[in-house]
Amino acid sequence: MTSITATSVPARARTRAGVGLRQWVGLLYVLPAVALVTVFFVIPLGMTAWMSLNNWPLMGEHSFIGLDNYVAILRDTRFWNALKFTFYYTVIVTIAIFAVAFPLAIFIERPRPLTNLYRTAFFMPAVVGFASASLLWSWLLNVDSGLFSPAAYDLGLTAKKVNLLATFQPAFWSIIAMVVWKVAGFTMIILMTGLQSIPQDLQEAAVIDGAGPFARFRAITLPLMRRTLALALILSVAGSILAFDQFYIILRGGPRNQTLTAVYWIFNQSFVSFKLGYGAALSMVLLAILVALSLVQLWLLRKPEGLD
Amino acid sequence: MAEAMAQNRRAAFSLARHSTGVIASVLFLAPIVWTVLSTFKPAQEARQPPLPPWPTTGFSIENYETLNSFGDGLWVSAQNSIYVSVMTVLLSVLVSVLAGYGFSRFRFPFRDFFFVLILSTIMIPFQSILTPIFLVLTKLGLHNTLTGLVCVYVTLQLPFSIFMMRNAFDAVPREIEEAARMDGANNVTMLVKVMLPLVWPGVVTIALFAFLGAWNEFLAALVLMTDQSKFTLPVMMTALQSGRFGAIDWGAVQAGVTVMMVPCLILFLALQRFYIRGLMAGAVK
Repeated sequence: MTSITATSVPARARTRAGVGLRQWVGLLYVLPAVALVTVFFVIPLGMTAWMSLNNWPLMGEHSFIGLDNYVAILRDTRFWNALKFTFYYTVIVTIAIFAVAFPLAIFIERPRPLTNLYRTAFFMPAVVGFASASLLWSWLLNVDSGLFSPAAYDLGLTAKKVNLLATFQPAFWSIIAMVVWKVAGFTMIILMTGLQSIPQDLQEAAVIDGAGPFARFRAITLPLMRRTLALALILSVAGSILAFDQFYIILRGGPRNQTLTAVYWIFNQSFVSFKLGYGAALSMVLLAILVALSLVQLWLLRKPEGLD
Repeated sequence: MAEAMAQNRRAAFSLARHSTGVIASVLFLAPIVWTVLSTFKPAQEARQPPLPPWPTTGFSIENYETLNSFGDGLWVSAQNSIYVSVMTVLLSVLVSVLAGYGFSRFRFPFRDFFFVLILSTIMIPFQSILTPIFLVLTKLGLHNTLTGLVCVYVTLQLPFSIFMMRNAFDAVPREIEEAARMDGANNVTMLVKVMLPLVWPGVVTIALFAFLGAWNEFLAALVLMTDQSKFTLPVMMTALQSGRFGAIDWGAVQAGVTVMMVPCLILFLALQRFYIRGLMAGAVK
């Protein structure tokens, strides 16, 4: 009994004195994370900025050249074409993903018989990696050993086997189909969370007031889903701007370099031509675009004012 | 009469709903099923268009066997992929649990600064800093090593997983901790014995995302792994599909794709609840 009181008094005093010190222990807990982020993110980020101001070959000395790389970018029509193509792809693929994912989200929103099964089926391609999906579709799209061209030929739809990957339009739309197949389930789940967060009684009240399904969708569903829609939109746009795997694996940037994306061009400059400084400058441009996009995202995702 | 009509309407609605559901499910699953079935054709047949998808000239695992004959072989790449993914899971769970606990339970200088710093890395596309990452790894002697790739993958996971873990620890009532401290538990025992079981669902979620992220990542592995014996499955299979080892053997490509897909599908089906949880946490916040 006495021994307990004897030790507990100094212990409490020590705690009071060491309360600030005890909190410092927290630093130790977060240290590994901070170290990793510093070494593999913050430092490389700073290096990208510095390298972009240098002529930096893989071998040999690098030299400071100021803004020359950025000036060169202005004249680099192939980069601007790649950027233009990336934006074109982003707009089309985002529209296509939403056109598929939104109806699916409405379809699986409410728990009915078998809904979970359907939801799982729609989502399956989303857990397969982009590289696996691209390899899979590069086979399906192959003119000799694939599925689509031979099937169309066998069904008498085409006079001969058409190489879908030989010209821009069919190649581009094949990629769109593949990406929609792979990503729609993911977007569907995000949209579903938004739909489910809309209070049911709000919809019911509107029905009593005589609002049709379209009016309800416009006046209740869309405004109340603003933040979810914005999130799904930003995820799709950011992912598409950074697209690489599918264009590299299925098309190798072809036909005739028409499907080189921004990341693909940076990859080519940095790791095929080994112009590391120039690649870094291109990266800075890409980075600026993505950061601007993130700022738009923060603005779109701000908590609704005046509501709730 | 009116009741019969209403019943008919309900039946018609149900029929329409299920036919839509089935057709859409078939469209989403078909490419996966088509590939998996085709892999069991003999090599000769696998070169032909997959019509029908299942083997017609006998069941065979030839395609899987030939995979091992390209370059350093599929088995080496599969081992690399497994090593990288498992290490990424273990390390990112360890680092994020520690950091999540630290951010949730302690008030130390620069706490908010560090938290925002880690979270803000999600805004920067790692694609734009690959070159310097390559140089940093070279400086550290981790150039062209699987360990180096693991470090990069863990770092990429941190913003999501630390955010998840901080929220998980925030949700644990402080009374539990105080009771344990009364019983004489120190920080580490507290974390392992008391807190960890309570935040376990969050741990499973971040582990699942870390595995899928590392298993499927392509660009960083393509850039950072220059030696064929270090290739992960996506890089190895792309090399094979590009004809780097001679004429493209589509049967082998399908077999490789199957090897890449199946672990993801099984993990997802087994842990679906946790996956959706993770997505929701990201979507709601």
